[in-house]
Amino acid sequence: MANLIFEQVLNSLQFGVMLFLIASGLTLIFGVMNFVNLAHGSFFMIGAYLAAYIAGATGSFWLGLLGALPATAAIGFLLEWLVFRRLYKKDHMVHVLATFALILIFNDGVRMIWGPQPLPLNMPAAFAGPVMLFGLPYSSFRLLVMAVGILVAIGLYLLINRTRLGMWVRAGSNNLEMVTAMGINIRLLFRLVFSFGLVLAALAGIMLGPLVAVQAGMGDDVLILAFVVVVIGGIGSVPGAAVGALIVGVVDTLGRGLLPQLFALFLSADAAASVGPALGSMMIYLVMIAVLFWRPSGLFPARS
Amino acid sequence: MQRLLLLFFIVLAVLLPVLAQATGMEYYIGVLTRILIFAIVASSLNFILGYGGMVSFGHAVFFGLGAYVTAIASFHGVTSAWIIWLVAALVSALAGLMIGAIALRTRAVYFIMITMALAQLFYYFFVGFRYYGGDDGIQINGRPVIGLGLDISGDNGFYWLVLAWLLVVHVLLARLLKSRFGLALNAMRENERRAQAIGYPTLRYKLAAFVIAAVIAGIAGSLIGMSNLFASPKLLHWSQSGILLVMVALGGVGYFYGGILGAAVFLLLEEILSTHFEYWQIYVGLILLLVVMVAPRGVSSLMTIGKSLKQGEQHGA
Repeated sequence: MANLIFEQVLNSLQFGVMLFLIASGLTLIFGVMNFVNLAHGSFFMIGAYLAAYIAGATGSFWLGLLGALPATAAIGFLLEWLVFRRLYKKDHMVHVLATFALILIFNDGVRMIWGPQPLPLNMPAAFAGPVMLFGLPYSSFRLLVMAVGILVAIGLYLLINRTRLGMWVRAGSNNLEMVTAMGINIRLLFRLVFSFGLVLAALAGIMLGPLVAVQAGMGDDVLILAFVVVVIGGIGSVPGAAVGALIVGVVDTLGRGLLPQLFALFLSADAAASVGPALGSMMIYLVMIAVLFWRPSGLFPARS
Repeated sequence: MQRLLLLFFIVLAVLLPVLAQATGMEYYIGVLTRILIFAIVASSLNFILGYGGMVSFGHAVFFGLGAYVTAIASFHGVTSAWIIWLVAALVSALAGLMIGAIALRTRAVYFIMITMALAQLFYYFFVGFRYYGGDDGIQINGRPVIGLGLDISGDNGFYWLVLAWLLVVHVLLARLLKSRFGLALNAMRENERRAQAIGYPTLRYKLAAFVIAAVIAGIAGSLIGMSNLFASPKLLHWSQSGILLVMVALGGVGYFYGGILGAAVFLLLEEILSTHFEYWQIYVGLILLLVVMVAPRGVSSLMTIGKSLKQGEQHGA
């Protein structure tokens, strides 16, 4: 039991860190450009597919990672220029519809290119085995995933708080008109923020690729989780996304992993097997409702 | 003139299955039935979206709930369609009250995201509910009966039943939109603060509209259950809600017949594309993207361009 709890806690942190990568991009794009991007989850998928494709061709996970990130950035850049920049000034309903259309296009697009079967993406050989942590075995790849996520989070913090670009981003989410009036190239800033956010989502997809199936639609449910994170944290707030991601990661993993076992202690095995998983998957939404009840604009409201 | 045109379309709709049979195209009666059912849900969504300004991304929940009510009733041996409709209406009203009460406390993007997340709550509820099929969904043993000497077990009978529901719902919506309630709802969409200042309890009005739309969607859901003889969690998934939004957008947000037109355009598109292409959704996506960028107010806006130019901007999204 101790072993199981230990593993579940680490898994939940690892999942939370990955959720942060996805949600931080989503919240930045919303914060700076006031743009609702449903296709954000698609880039989680595109990243994983590109990495799996390159890794399959070269036999190296690392080359897959290195190749897929700039490729995703390029796709994001192109898409911003083709579609998104024409939509910034329109209302949210239009954003929702256009990006929903993109989800349909991407999901069927990857099926068209790579077929309906999931694509294999193997973890790098050096991280295939377990490591001993406090005397208990744990997957070294999951540990790597966690490390990557934490490093990116620190990098993101420094980028936003310590660099000129970060200053523009902060200023942009605060008062866009003023930033434009100051002579900042807002178009370039938008395109950079967009591509950057999409690359973060792709990175999460690549790192999680070996742990989940790389298949069409893999980003669809992740997108909703990212929305829950963003809503809990406060739309537009990166620190909020960090806290929200940890909450959702922990509640979701522990809810799914431990709740059925917990129910088995005082319910019949049959009832526990029926109620446990359902309630486990519903937990994060219940948490979200609770947060919204007391804090309608999230834990860290970005603007009043 | 308009009344005559309307009458013509209704008569045509009533005669369609007979025409289909006469020309050996019975297959299309099923397609038409599906279109009419989706037209009912899409119109209910259009009611809160186009007239109430609520971009609900969880409308499929009520649709799915209706289907599940049909399935669960049949599972326990209930065969009366009237009882099923009553329960479906009550269940979806309750769910609408719950979701609306939480989501309507927020606005704009929050509303979109929260309706989406709450819908997933219901989706996972049915995925985990193994007793009623869980992930795999649940079969419905035979179509319920409505009595009154009417037979809905055949394709034609069922088509006429769905058509009757479509007409009832649209008469109801038309009256509602012309009533004080409808006008107030419109006012709230255009300027909520002003409506509030005049003294309208905007939250209560919007919640009432949300619940009405939920009930209509629940009825449509019970019909899709009776039509497919199957209910599955997929009916409640957020992507299904997305498709309902797409239908309304294609038809025309805030146009009275937007829901019907949108359902027809979308499902016919699906019908045609899926017979020609294996990966047809990519084309649906491209068409939708084009419509959103070129004619963001849907097919209806194309038809009434001349009129709306004369009358000025009346219908807003």
